Amino acid sequence: MSLLEVTSLGKEFDGLRALEGVSFSAEPAQILGIIGPNGAGKTTLFNLISGIYPPSSGKIHFQGESILNLKPHEISRKGIGRTFQIVRPFQNLDVETNVLVALGQRFYPSLWRSTRSYRQPEILQEAGVLIREAGIQSFAKHQTKNLPLGIKKRLEIARALALRPRLLLLDEPSAGLRYEESTQLMDLIRKVCAQGIGVLLIEHNMHVVMDLCRRILVLDHGCRIAEGTPEEVRSNPLVIQAYLGKET
Amino acid sequence: MISGYVITILITVAIYAILAHSLNIITGHAGQISLGHAAFFGIGAYTSALLYTEAGLPFWLSVSLAAIAAGMIGALLGIPCLRVRDDFLAITTMGINFVVEAVFLYIPFFGGAMGIGGINLPGWFGREMSKPEYFILILAVFGLLLLVDYRLGRSWIGLAWASIREDERAAEAMGVDVVRFKVMAFILGSMIAGLAGGFYAHFLTFIMPQNFGFPMSIVILSMVVFGGIGTRWGPLLGALILGILPEISRPIMEYRTFVYGLLLMFMMRFQPEGLLGSESLLMKGIRRLVPRSAPSR
Repeated sequence: MSLLEVTSLGKEFDGLRALEGVSFSAEPAQILGIIGPNGAGKTTLFNLISGIYPPSSGKIHFQGESILNLKPHEISRKGIGRTFQIVRPFQNLDVETNVLVALGQRFYPSLWRSTRSYRQPEILQEAGVLIREAGIQSFAKHQTKNLPLGIKKRLEIARALALRPRLLLLDEPSAGLRYEESTQLMDLIRKVCAQGIGVLLIEHNMHVVMDLCRRILVLDHGCRIAEGTPEEVRSNPLVIQAYLGKET
Repeated sequence: MISGYVITILITVAIYAILAHSLNIITGHAGQISLGHAAFFGIGAYTSALLYTEAGLPFWLSVSLAAIAAGMIGALLGIPCLRVRDDFLAITTMGINFVVEAVFLYIPFFGGAMGIGGINLPGWFGREMSKPEYFILILAVFGLLLLVDYRLGRSWIGLAWASIREDERAAEAMGVDVVRFKVMAFILGSMIAGLAGGFYAHFLTFIMPQNFGFPMSIVILSMVVFGGIGTRWGPLLGALILGILPEISRPIMEYRTFVYGLLLMFMMRFQPEGLLGSESLLMKGIRRLVPRSAPSR
């Protein structure tokens, strides 16, 4: 049984096919790269897995259990964390409080427990560990909106890790980052994977994908056109055609 | 001895403070705009008035039931309401206000345009409570509510509200059940507004549908925005200033809603965080005078 099993997933928006018959699976402690030209349906795929909207067809099983009709907060509680292509930190809260929101996941379902204070020593300590792991401890008390993009991106990962996920969906984590920032981020992703967490990584930066992933899924116009090792994908004529166009 | 006039203003301001505080839970803490908060103020006032005059229940019971009724109706109306966002929510809540006012006005049971009279101040120790005593009672209730607010602000509920206010989509990805926490804010805010309504009815001794119309909702919202949306003391400050302002400048009494509208526009343009918002001119000035590390919200 795979960690995540996606079977012939499809999504239509008012007749526009964003995704069609996409199948793949993800395993623990592995990074699966998802690449494809703009508009290939990569982010749509993430939004379907995390429950932002329901698929038009197909199945999604997480740890052997269908998550098709679950709401986003239920899916996150099942153990799927995510980041956003355009970062969405809680801008007016500081970095620590951002992480605390995610740590509250285990308290929110119970009315009684959610009336308790969130400033408990053991919770703060847990947040501290996550923030340190992401390497952003010197910004812990900073209001998020003033931080550089690289820090915000690492905060989003720290926040997703606070959910104690089994699977992490990363939507273009290195986009817009300087070279050093993106290498730091790659180290962080490797560390996450080494903890046994499965990672789905949408990425435009081929250098990052080829370096991090042992398996890559290629989407184009909503369809899966290839899957394999970086070498296989790189030499696949369909992939070359999707990226560079057909020779005429 | 304080004059009857002053005590009347004080009681009105204290009721406004509770009311603004209750809207602050919905709009300030959970970030959900409501343009119909006067409806729940009215539901509380009418419930309390009817239970007192028709069913003969004592003040304490009628006011408590008023809060519960407003909370229940708040939940009922809140559930469909809070599935819509932003501008749709503003219009839906506005609609609720008009419907509730129309119910009071056109259903004879609620006294129609004549309203309900014969409501009295509560009694205790075998006599009717004096107005200063009533003022202290309301003040005590407000103090209690501030304590609850403080407690909630530090709780997981407060944190969930903050995350929803900041970014709903990110909040639900963090395991926050957005609809549930919004409805919670709506119920609590409506309950407290209902409580304020009960106090108001027993103070005015006579209530009419117009007391709880859309203009009143704007007045409440102005107080919250003016004082500092989402802050703990902002609603009180807003209620104080906007409650006393028309009294000290009688001539503008007639133009109250007009002035409030202008103030609302002015604040939104130049001081969107209100007088007590962390980035407001007032708070910046205070920080300059009393230097200390910036408080994290």
